[in-house]
Amino acid sequence: MKLSRETTINIVLALLLLALPLVAMQIGKPFYVTLATRMAILGLAAVGLNIALGLGGLVSFGHAAFFGVGGYVAGIMATHAFNATPLAAFPFAIPGTNQMLVIWAVAIVVGGLLALAIGAISLRTSGVYFIMITLAFAQMTYYFAISWPAYGGEDGLSIYVRNAFPGVNTAVPLNYFLICYAVLLAALLVFALARNSRFGAALQAARQNDVRVASVGIRPFRVRLAAFVISGMITALAGALFADLNRFVSPSMLSWHMSGEFIVLIILGGVGRLFGPVAGAMLFVMFEYILGGLTERWQLFLGLALLGVVLFARGGLIGLIAGKARHG
Amino acid sequence: MQTALFIEQLLNGLQLGVMLFLMAAGLTLIFGVMGLINLAHGSLYMVGAFACAAVAAATGSFWLGLAASLAAAAAAGAIVEILVIRRLYERDHLDQVLATFALILIFSEGTRWIFGSFPLYLDIPPLLQGSVPLPGGSRYQLYRLAIIGVGVAVAVGLYFLIARTRLGMRIRAGESDREMIGALGVDIRTLYTVVFALGAALAGLAGALVGALQSVQVGMGEPVLILAFVVIVIGGIGSIKGALVGAVIVGVVDTMGRFLLPQLFTLVMPASQATTVGAALASMLIYIVMAVILAVRPQGLFAVQR
Repeated sequence: MKLSRETTINIVLALLLLALPLVAMQIGKPFYVTLATRMAILGLAAVGLNIALGLGGLVSFGHAAFFGVGGYVAGIMATHAFNATPLAAFPFAIPGTNQMLVIWAVAIVVGGLLALAIGAISLRTSGVYFIMITLAFAQMTYYFAISWPAYGGEDGLSIYVRNAFPGVNTAVPLNYFLICYAVLLAALLVFALARNSRFGAALQAARQNDVRVASVGIRPFRVRLAAFVISGMITALAGALFADLNRFVSPSMLSWHMSGEFIVLIILGGVGRLFGPVAGAMLFVMFEYILGGLTERWQLFLGLALLGVVLFARGGLIGLIAGKARHG
Repeated sequence: MQTALFIEQLLNGLQLGVMLFLMAAGLTLIFGVMGLINLAHGSLYMVGAFACAAVAAATGSFWLGLAASLAAAAAAGAIVEILVIRRLYERDHLDQVLATFALILIFSEGTRWIFGSFPLYLDIPPLLQGSVPLPGGSRYQLYRLAIIGVGVAVAVGLYFLIARTRLGMRIRAGESDREMIGALGVDIRTLYTVVFALGAALAGLAGALVGALQSVQVGMGEPVLILAFVVIVIGGIGSIKGALVGAVIVGVVDTMGRFLLPQLFTLVMPASQATTVGAALASMLIYIVMAVILAVRPQGLFAVQR
C-alpha cells in the first residue's frame, strides 16, 4: 500500500507528539510533558473548530465560548464534589463529581446546547455578519462569567485536585498526557469519519455552493447547524481537559483572544486538513515557549509571523510540505 | 432625585453611543467601500488615545493632543493600509480576520514597548471642566456633554461629506460598483487609502476623547471594538445611518440596563441577590437585544441593498 504524502506527514506528526513527552521523561525534563499536553488539548479544540471552519467554511470567531464553558463545567462540578455541596437542590439533588468521564459527558452536552443556541441565531446570517455575531455571543459569555460571582467571577475558579479517571492516576503528568492524546486521536477519527460521510460531503458542498446543495434537496442550514454543534461539543471537551491540566478556570478561557488563537492554530497548520490543527498547535505552543523564553515581546513576533503566513504562505505547514489539497 | 439620576444615566448612555458611533462609522465605511472586516480598528482607537496623552503630557495642551491623535491615527491607518490591508481586499474574510488579528498583536505589543505597561492619564481640558445643571437639581459633567456634541457634529459632517462632496460621491460610487469607478478613471487605490485613513482618524478621535475619562492603556480598544461590531450588526453593515441608530441603541440600552435592571429585580427578590442577577443580566443585555433584532431582521435594521 502506498501512502499519500499527507498521510505520511500525519503519521509522523502523531508519533512526534507521542514521542515528545516520552523523550522528555527519559532526559529528565518533565516540564515538556505539560507542554505536549497543552499541544494535544489546544489541537483538540482546534480539531473541533476545523469541522465548522475547515469543512463548513463557517468562520466562527466565538469558539472560546465553548472552550470556556467546557472548562467551567469541569471547574464547577469538581468544586461541588470537593466541598461536598450539591450542584442543584431543585427539583432533585444533583451532586458534583470528580469523575472525568461524567464531566466530559456534561461538558459535551452543555457545549452542544450552547452551540445549538448560538448557531441557530448566527447561521441565519453569513460572511462578516457570522464572524461578528459569533464573536459577540462569545463575548456575552465572557462578561457573564466576569459578572457572576458565584463561581469566582473575574478571579476564576481553582480545581484543587485533578479529576479522576477510572484505573489511572491522573496526577502523574505522563498519564494525563496519554488521556488527552487518546481523546485527541478519537476526535481526529470523528473528524475523518465526518469528512468522508454523506453529511461531510453535504457540508463541504454547502461551503462551495449552497444554492446547488439546496437544489438537490438538502437544507444547508440544518447541515451547518449540525456541524456547528458537533464542533462546539469537541471544543467544549477540550475546555474540560484544559481546565484539568491547569487545575484552574478563569474568564480568560472565554476571551476573544482564545477564539483568535484557535483560528490561528488552524491556519498555521492548514485549513480543512485532518492534522492541520494538530500541526498548528504543536507549532504554536513551541513558538510560544521558545520565543517567550527569549523575549517578553513574543506576541509582537507572533503577530509578524502570522501576518507573513496569511499574506505569503497560504495552506499552512501541511500545505507547505504536502502540497495543495486535492479538493479545495 | 430619581429623575435626575435617570436623566444623568440617559446622557451617559448617549455619550457611550456617540463614542461607539465614531468607531462604528469608520468600520462600516471601510466595510461598505472595500468589503473589508478590520479587527485592528480598536488598535487605531488606542493609537489615538496614546498620541493624545503623550502630546498633551509633553506640551500641556489637550487641544494639541487632540490634533495629534487625529494625525497619528490617520497616519497609522494610511501606513497599515498601504503595507498590509491593500493586499487583503481580494482575499476571503478568514484571511482578513487573521491578518488584522495579527495587526492587533503587533500594535498592542508595539505600544507596550514604546510606552511601557503602565497606563497614561489624560486630564480634561480646563475649558471643559466643571458641570452644568440638570433639571431635577443634579449636575452633569460638561466634558461628557461636549463629547455628545462632537459626536453629533461628526455625524452631520459625515453626512455632508458623503452626500455633498466629490470625495463623498466617489465613496458612494465605490460602495455600489468598485470596478466601474475604477474604469471611469478614479484612482481607486488612493481612494481606498483615504477612506481607511478617514475611518482611522474617527477611531483615533474617539480614543482621545475617551482617554480623558478613563486611563489610557494597551488593550483599551478591544471592548469598544466588540461593542462597535454589535452596533454595525444591529444597524446593518455598510450603512452609516444604521451605525448611528445602532450606536445610540447599544449605548443607551447598555447603560440603562446596568442602572435599571438591578433595581427592577429588587421587586421580586432580596436586594443582595437582585444586584448580582441584575448586573449579570445587564452585562448580557445588548447581546440579547442583538439576537432579537437579528431574529427579526437578519441583515440589520438598515440593510444595504447590493
